[in-house]
Formats: sequence, structure tokens, C-alpha cells
Amino acid sequence: MIKLNHVTKEYARRGKALDDVSFQVKKGEFAFLTGHSGSGKSTTLRLIHMADFPTGGEVLVCGFSSNVTTPRDVWKLRRRVGFVFQEFRLLPGRTALQNVTFALEVTGTPRKELASQGRRLLAQVGLAVKSGMQAHELSGGEQQRVAIARALANEPLVLLADEPTGNLDERAARGIMELFRDLNARGMAVLMATHDLDLVRAYPDVRVLELNEGRLVFDSAAPEVADEPAPARDA
Amino acid sequence: MHAIREALAAFRRAPLLTALSTAMVALALYVVGLFAVASYNLHEALERVEERVEVVVYVRDDARDSEIQLLEEELRSMEEVADTRYYSKEDALQRARVDLPEFEELFTDLEVNPLPASVEVELGAGFRTPESVARVADRASIYPFVEATRYGQEWVDRLFLLRRIGGITTAILGSAFAVVAALIIGTAVRIAIFARREEIHVMRLVGATHGFIRRPFLLEGALTGILGGGLAVALTYASYLGVSRLIFRLEWIPLEWVVAGIAAGGLFGLLASAFALRRYLREV
Ligand SMILES: Nc1ncnc2c1ncn2[C@@H]1O[C@H](COP(=O)(O)OP(=O)(O)OP(=O)(O)O)[C@@H](O)[C@H]1O
Ligand SMILES: [Mg+2]
Repeated sequence: MIKLNHVTKEYARRGKALDDVSFQVKKGEFAFLTGHSGSGKSTTLRLIHMADFPTGGEVLVCGFSSNVTTPRDVWKLRRRVGFVFQEFRLLPGRTALQNVTFALEVTGTPRKELASQGRRLLAQVGLAVKSGMQAHELSGGEQQRVAIARALANEPLVLLADEPTGNLDERAARGIMELFRDLNARGMAVLMATHDLDLVRAYPDVRVLELNEGRLVFDSAAPEVADEPAPARDA
Repeated sequence: MHAIREALAAFRRAPLLTALSTAMVALALYVVGLFAVASYNLHEALERVEERVEVVVYVRDDARDSEIQLLEEELRSMEEVADTRYYSKEDALQRARVDLPEFEELFTDLEVNPLPASVEVELGAGFRTPESVARVADRASIYPFVEATRYGQEWVDRLFLLRRIGGITTAILGSAFAVVAALIIGTAVRIAIFARREEIHVMRLVGATHGFIRRPFLLEGALTGILGGGLAVALTYASYLGVSRLIFRLEWIPLEWVVAGIAAGGLFGLLASAFALRRYLREV
């Protein structure tokens, strides 16, 4: 589903944000991506979403390789991989429902199905009753649910979440986590970046990948392997 | 369908911006239109003047009719020559009286006719060039009874120069203002992209296709170009009417020019927004 092969990402001025990172996330798996601020979590998710491309190695997502996918046809990948942000990024001046139907409309859903499909998606995240409210009138937790409903519009196989609970209080954060667990239980793979270690500890069965200064330093699925120095680049 | 709706929505969302950019494009294309009218009229005027390019062969008084006929026949056999006409000394005097009425008395009082007989050589279309004119004149002057040939060498040369200058000026200034119009459209599209950057971001996020995102902007650029072009035609036509009525008669440019101009406006708008999209869509 997701596979990183010796991935390196170098920024012109900042140097290496990711250094020889390799891991896999399988179909239907749930994993946390943790690490200090600046350790490369967002960079990793951006590379998986192909909002950016690695300077070394290869990212493989749902059969798309970072080596051959171009910005022009990255939309095919985007219909398989949902993405939610810490700051929600809803469109202002639109209702919760309109934010969801926007995503449906721009990916080719017939106009007469928009409203019903939008409602179905909002119901899926537990927001059916608030569908007519303006996005900015909703609480943070509710806004994040709208953003998740929007990400579900394409029925993605994978959900990437970059600090989705970062702007929420603990209760709302738990609510979002439960929603993710729910979606995961129905077969969607979830890769969630977070530096909230309390949250990570609250879900001991979820796999943890830890980054430190651009290197993968811990993988709970294979703790003995990831701790060792990475193998030679061109092996 | 979506693209058309969105492009029209753009006009509704930012009426001031679109009105302003359309007006600016119209002004720039208006200048192009004025040049088109000026150049077309110059071209037409020169064409009319050119039709009168001819070679006049003056013959001596002692030339015999048969000799002159021979000359006319030879000249007519040249491919450059359309026709020749003989004017006798009397014809010349007659014409002088008509052309120069101030000297009527002088001409009447003359005891000997001082004016020479002449053969006027009319050139065929496409042969009113300095080279052809000179060739015809050279051929005529071989005959010993030919006193002189006149064809206003300088004048023919100038006509050609004028034509070339007119063409070059129109081409340079016309394209300069067309570029200005394209820049305006490009800027307007950039502003529209910037105003909608959040929507564009979400569209890319959820997997809208490249074309789906670009099409409304391309259409908006093309519409601005077409609208600006149409407005420019109206402005140009108004100016043409004004000048024609008040100053001097002009001819309106052919319909094909108008259609081609508006179509070019649309195409320029399309290209300008495609260029703006290439540069700025990547960054939002
Ligand atoms: N566009 C960019 N240009 C230059 N450097 C960048 C860019 N994006 C990220 N970086 C650098 O790459 C490194 C990793 O950044 P990244 O955002 O992936 O960290 P993070 O783990 O998400 O941190 P945080 O927890 O604060 O969100 C940082 O040092 C950052 O400064
Ligand atoms: Mg981050």
C-alpha cells in the first residue's frame, strides 16, 4: 500500500529533512508517525501524498511510484489517498455540507447526487445534524470531522493525517481517534503523524514509527531492525 | 460545463476586476484597431496612387506616324505594359488648356504649339514597381525620335518606401499593444488564481484533474480577450465614424480583419492565461 525505499529528501538550504528512510504500511494497517518537531513527519506525509518528491530513493503508494508520477497526473493518486491537516483547511464562507460536496463535485460526482452523497459522508463522521452550519461556526473537533468527511469523498484506501488532533482538546482528540479507528476497522489504512505521546500510549496496539532528525529510529512492528544503522544506499 | 459555469462565476464574483481588465484589454486592442484602420487606408490610398504609375514617352515633332506606331506596338508587346495611348501635339495643347485654366489666354495666343506629342504607357497590375518602370523607359529611349521619357523615378521609389514603413510601423506597434493586452489578461488571471488559491488547493488535495482546475481560468482569459476585442472594435468603429465625418473620408477595414482580430484576442487571452497558470498554479 505504502512503501518507502531508502527515501531521502534534501532541501536546498536546510539540508536533509529525511535521510534514508525505509518502511512499509500494509493494507488496512494503522500506524502513528512520531518524532520531535522538525524530525520530518510532515515531509514524510507530503512525499507519500506526492505533494513533493524525494531527492533520493523511491516512494510507492497504491501502485504509483514517485519516480514516474508527475504533478500533472498526481490526481489519480489523490483519489486513493485522503489527507487531513492540523488546521483543517476548510473553505470559508461555505457550509459543512458544501465543503464536502465541493470535493465530490470537483472529482466528477454527478450534480444530482452531490447533496445525498455529502449527507452520507457527514453522517459517517457523526455530523449529520450540523450539515447546514457555516464551517467557521463549528467547533475545532467538528471542523476536523468535516475535513475527514471531505477526505473520504473519493473512498480512499489510505488516510494520511498530519497532527489531526494538534488543535483540539483531549476530548475532541479522542473523538477523532475513535473515528479513525472506526474507519480503520472498515479496512482503510491510516498513517497519522503526531507528537502527542499520551495519545500514542493510549493506543498500545497501534504501530509506532518514530523519526529523529530525518531518520527512522524506531518501528514497533520491527523494533530490532529499525534500530540498526540503515543498509547501504544502493544495495 | 463546470468550466463554463466557473468562468461565468468568476465574472460575477469579481465584477470590478473583470470589468477593469476587460476595459484595459479593450483599450490596448483599440490602439491595435486604430493602427489597422490607418494601415488599411494607407494601403488603399497607395494602391490607388500606384494605379496611376505610368511612363510618358515624349516624341520629337519630326517623328513619323508609322514610326510612332512601331514604338507603340513594341511597347505593348512587353509583359509589363497594359496599354499605350498616343497624344498628338494638339491633344497636348488641349489638355494643357483644361488642366491649367489660368494660362488659357497664353495658350490661345500662341503662334506655334510648343508642346510635344507623347505616348502614355499604362503598366499592368504587379508591374508598377521601380524596376519595371525603368525597363519600359529604357526600351522606349532606344528610338532616336524619342526626345525624353518621364516616370517620376523618385516618386515611385518613395511610394514603395512609404508602403514598407507603413507596414513595419503597423506590425511593430500593433504587436506591442497586443503584447500589452496579453500581459493584462495574464495579470488578471493571476489575480483570479490568487483569489481562489484555497479552492485550488482543496481541488488538488482531493484529486481534481489538471485540466479541470485550469479550464475555468483558460476560458476566463479567452472570454476577456474576446470581450475586450469586441469592445475595441466598437471603439475603433466610433473613431472611424468620427474621423470620416469630421476630418477626412476613411474606409472601414474588411470584415475578415474584424473577425480575425477578435479571434486573435480570444486566442491571446487563452495563451496568456495558460502561461499565467503554468507559472502560478504550481505555487498555490
Ligand atoms: N519547504 C521546505 N523548505 C525547506 N526546508 C523545509 C521545508 N519543509 C520542511 N523543511 C525542513 O525539513 C525538516 C523537517 O520538517 P517537517 O515539517 O517534516 O517536520 P515535522 O516533523 O513535521 O515537524 P513538526 O512536528 O514541527 O510539524 C525541518 O527541519 C524543516 O525546517
Ligand atoms: Mg509537521
